[in-house]
Amino acid sequence: MKLLEPGATLDGFVIEACLHAGGMAHVYRVNYLAAGHHPGFLMAMKVPRMSTGDGAENLVGFEVETQILQSVSGPHVPRFVAAGDMTRMPYLVMEYIEGDPLQHWIDTARDTGVRPDALTIARLGEAVAKGAHSLHQQNVVHQDLKPANVVIRASGDAVLLDFGLSYHAHFPDLLAEEMRKAIGSPAWMAPEQVVGVRGDPRSDVFAIGVMLYELVTGELPFGAPQTSGGLRQRLWMDPTPPRALKADVPDWLQEIILRCLEPEAAQRYPSAAHLALDLGHPDQVLITARGTRLRGTPWTTHLKRWFKAAGKEYQPSPPPVEQIDQVPIVMVALPHRDVTDATLYSLRVAVNRALGSRPGARLACVTVISSSDTSSTDDSRSETRVYGQHLERQRQWVRGVDLAGRQVSHHVLESGDVAGALVNYARDNHVTVLVVGAATHGLKLQPFIATIPIKVAMEAPCTVILVKQALPFVQLASAGA
Amino acid sequence: MKLALLSDIHANLQAFDACLADARARGATQIALLGDLVGYGADPVAVMQRVMTLAAGGAWVLKGNHDELACHPPEHLASHALGEITAGWTHAQLGNEQREFLDALPLTHQDGSTLLVHASVDSPARWHYVKDERSAAESLGAAAQTDASVRYVFGGHVHRQTLYFQGSGRGLMQFLPTPGTAIPVPSHRSWLATIGSVGQPRDGRTEAGYALFDRHAERLTFVRVPYDFHAAAAAIRAAGLPDFFADRLSKGE
Repeated sequence: MKLLEPGATLDGFVIEACLHAGGMAHVYRVNYLAAGHHPGFLMAMKVPRMSTGDGAENLVGFEVETQILQSVSGPHVPRFVAAGDMTRMPYLVMEYIEGDPLQHWIDTARDTGVRPDALTIARLGEAVAKGAHSLHQQNVVHQDLKPANVVIRASGDAVLLDFGLSYHAHFPDLLAEEMRKAIGSPAWMAPEQVVGVRGDPRSDVFAIGVMLYELVTGELPFGAPQTSGGLRQRLWMDPTPPRALKADVPDWLQEIILRCLEPEAAQRYPSAAHLALDLGHPDQVLITARGTRLRGTPWTTHLKRWFKAAGKEYQPSPPPVEQIDQVPIVMVALPHRDVTDATLYSLRVAVNRALGSRPGARLACVTVISSSDTSSTDDSRSETRVYGQHLERQRQWVRGVDLAGRQVSHHVLESGDVAGALVNYARDNHVTVLVVGAATHGLKLQPFIATIPIKVAMEAPCTVILVKQALPFVQLASAGA
Repeated sequence: MKLALLSDIHANLQAFDACLADARARGATQIALLGDLVGYGADPVAVMQRVMTLAAGGAWVLKGNHDELACHPPEHLASHALGEITAGWTHAQLGNEQREFLDALPLTHQDGSTLLVHASVDSPARWHYVKDERSAAESLGAAAQTDASVRYVFGGHVHRQTLYFQGSGRGLMQFLPTPGTAIPVPSHRSWLATIGSVGQPRDGRTEAGYALFDRHAERLTFVRVPYDFHAAAAAIRAAGLPDFFADRLSKGE
């Protein structure tokens, strides 16, 4: 399809300007031809660049994108408007997203020699991870996340673009073939994609790791190999630790990046929501040897992994939703004062039950305090001190939880609206299960007023477990006597 | 057009009624019955009454191998094949008019780009099982030879819901659908679906299976419908048919 000129019309749309002339497609700003007819957002039209001979493969990706864009929703994908007939006039009209592509940060760093600071990078990564998780919850894996396919809105939220290589667990995979082949962009492709496994949400986690690595170091962890041998390197090879390239990379950020880039998917973050939680709370990252390493992995280890990778059988991946259901983020709302041992005990029992036997689950402890609890003038009630006391209480409480190596993080939030703060936290962090004490009658020291659990249960975006407390221990003792 | 595709009803009145009601609720505008209307189940007469009413109202109805058997049951049960045991019983239940209707049914039906068959388009009267990519390719290939404009081949016979499609490689690929999701099946590609069984599902689930094809939107939805399989099983026992046919309904196998 040759370039369309401004003013040209197509199926009721009028071309306003060419935004992008890529190798695969032209992208135009468009509007409805009919006056007074507007969807309330800007629109872009993507028209595949077909020419005889190169059509087929290019068009399959376009077909996949058309199908997937119509099936996903939410703030992290452009809204679908219209699609042209595939055989007659293929085109796709969607919401035009205002913002900067992630590539912008990489280009600016290269041009100015000034890299974004660690917290800025973490915020960008968190936004992308949340966008990816939102797709995974809709049974879609992007499979081609890279800086050119991510737009950061002014709000800081990420929108993911270009679903031409994506995978939808409920649709036949038009890109698949009997002889599995690597489908993705070489620099960002996960090891399992290299051997033709599609549909694993942890492949997107890997790609986010590659983007973070490039933001942090200015280099690609595995280069951009052009040969299949070069691509296969990542099946066994660890990249050079970011701190070996840039000494000022914080250990928590290196820990996060290298965990994303683990050759085996099972060693990575089990879901993009887990990754987002760590990126959003650097002080809660569990730093292992990965985070502090300054030298590359010894060649002997790589050699062993090379042999292992050579003989490895890759299994097809279960659907994304099934996978992320197995790795829940369990959040517990710990009352901040006036709490009986019995309440704390009951919450612990409920949390143990919610974590169940799933090794990939993680726990987030949250306490909401009111702003009147802290004071800028009274040292005994200084913010650091009050927060510290609550975190310490959380740590004591968590000792009784059967964590079995699972990650736990601690959070103190300040808000006048306890229920609202809990619900927002659950929504922002893609919490799977929220455990909260239910207000029951007859106890003087009720941690929450009765409306809070009800409000949480009604407004939370996830499953809520309302915990009725066991009898206070004092009463148990007298009953036994 | 919203085409409801029902196959392998097998004289299971409860499942048949449940699927018809579901298809109507989902806005089906055309009914197609892809054969094996009778055999195994306890209600051949009631099922045939409904089938003939539907046919009079414009439904497309095909013949399956069990319909053939019920019209011409083997005189000696040499093989003791289970299907043959019920064939004689079914034959005796049906009235003349019903038998004649059954025997006169066609093996295939084409409507534009859609070709319907009970088993395989590759020699329909030989009842080949379309159970893998190779047999699906044979059926789809035979359809294309009959008429190059055919894009959709829908069949039953294997009692499983499966979609075969052209991936990026040379051969067909198999896809196991999630019931209830509307799968895009654009008409510039060729598709073959086995739509499952209304009256005797065999994939470990008890729900009756059928499919809904929205030809305008080019979407295919595989549907599963819960029905009273206890009642269907009780009817089989009451009719004195082998327990095996009753038991398998409660296991979906």
